[in-house]
Amino acid sequence: MTTTDQGLLSSPVDAIDADEQRRARAARTERIAKWALPVIMMVLVIAAWAWVVRANEIPHYILPGPDRVWGSLRDDWAMLIDAAYLTGRITLLALLLAVVGGAGLAIVFNQSKLLELSFYPYAVILQVTPVVSIAPLIFIYVDSKVAGMLLCAWLVAFFPVLSSTTLGLNSVDHNLRDLFRIYGATRWQRLRYLQLPSALPYFLGGLKIAGGLSLIGAVVAELVAGTGGIGSGLAFRIQEAGYRLNIARMFAALSLVAAMGVFIFAALSIFSHLLLRKWHESALKRDG
Amino acid sequence: MPTLLPLGQRPPLLRMNHVDKVFNGNIVALRDMTLDVNQGDFISLLGPSGCGKSTALRVIADLLHPTRGKVEWEGAHGLGDLGVVFQEPTLMPWATVAQNVWLPYRLRGNSYSSVRDEVRESLRLVGLENFLDAYPRELSGGMKMRVSIARAMVTNPRLILMDEPFAALDEITRHKLNNDLLKLKAKIGCTVIFVTHSVFESVFLSDRIIVMAARPGRVLREVQVDAPYPRDEDFRTSAGYAAHTRAASEALKEAMGEPA
Repeated sequence: MTTTDQGLLSSPVDAIDADEQRRARAARTERIAKWALPVIMMVLVIAAWAWVVRANEIPHYILPGPDRVWGSLRDDWAMLIDAAYLTGRITLLALLLAVVGGAGLAIVFNQSKLLELSFYPYAVILQVTPVVSIAPLIFIYVDSKVAGMLLCAWLVAFFPVLSSTTLGLNSVDHNLRDLFRIYGATRWQRLRYLQLPSALPYFLGGLKIAGGLSLIGAVVAELVAGTGGIGSGLAFRIQEAGYRLNIARMFAALSLVAAMGVFIFAALSIFSHLLLRKWHESALKRDG
Repeated sequence: MPTLLPLGQRPPLLRMNHVDKVFNGNIVALRDMTLDVNQGDFISLLGPSGCGKSTALRVIADLLHPTRGKVEWEGAHGLGDLGVVFQEPTLMPWATVAQNVWLPYRLRGNSYSSVRDEVRESLRLVGLENFLDAYPRELSGGMKMRVSIARAMVTNPRLILMDEPFAALDEITRHKLNNDLLKLKAKIGCTVIFVTHSVFESVFLSDRIIVMAARPGRVLREVQVDAPYPRDEDFRTSAGYAAHTRAASEALKEAMGEPA
């Protein structure tokens, strides 16, 4: 190897100019700040909260300090985790049904224009009518509390899956559609090999929204349904603790609901990333 | 390597017989187009935009039904007889290179293992045998187009339709792909109909240039390029190339409505 070659090889290492250094530093800072800043914010808010409660001597039945909420979380853990288990089960079941129902309807509508024209407007009406106002009716006609709650949660959650999957099924590259025609693809082959993969990113976007909505649906359904002998979910525990002026437990239960929502969102985001990382723009890391 | 018969001695492949295509009842995209395609022809459809060259291609591919007239194939015509390359590579982004090339077979119900050799051979011909498992996003524009060509060739079709396949590529890549396309065509001995708006490209590639005019879309005249194959970079600078380019340019000028 000649000296010139060595010069060429080693020069990039020395050639990081001030601009590049700044860019690298900024990227490093952002990586840390992305996690550190929210954590610092949380600590600050909790500290401020504790201070406000102590300084103003606010009674715990109006606003408990963070220490009391933590205490409630610890002491009532067994009860709260049971409640979380129940709410979580309804949420996940409703999400599952929303996926099956929403994606299934989207495929049916896509295959039959007649069915789409007949039923799509009613799917929209179901979606725009607030679930809180339908829920009492549902519990009149549906005997099983679990079934009623599932129905409520499903009503809220299925529409984003339906509408985004429908959009996806119709967003096929028109040249690819022509290609499938030229190669004599059957309707089933077109659906299986072309439309479903094209719709996947759209479906996953709808799924992320449906995850949050099914939790909302489950909580609303619980509030409307009451207990009725099927055990008590988190929403019911919040309501009950409110009646007893046990504000600390309300906060504790609320934090579990929030944690559940975050968990569902994170899990669905990871799921979506795993499915798309090989090929879809949304999952690609840009170089440089 | 199949031998290429001289123009005038080639057996017929298909005939577009007095084809009209009218859109919405009043837009005449194609008027009275008659074109005899013979086995081994490399035909360029050359013309300004709106001259119906893409429409003609879509009629031949049976993606459009002619308003009048018809496309008559010589002999039985089946699914694997046609390969198509669009202006965009039109690959399935969720599928690997090999899976994309497998598609024409897959839609006929052939498993991958039963046609693995054909898929590999086709990708080897376009120089991408080492990219079987790559995803389209990992490839450059020229490489994607090569995959698209491999997919069009994989079933050994009698006719390959190409709709301005290299228009979006840079000139260096386009020259390279033009050279390779001629080598491929000679190797598998198929017939090609190639839509382009580049005079240079049409002269370099084809032995028959069909010059088309717009409003209404119609065939103006045919320019034959009798330079023998194989053609390489030397042909691009030869006197024959210049003469044919002049003839095609003049026909194109006429098609654009300017005095020749």
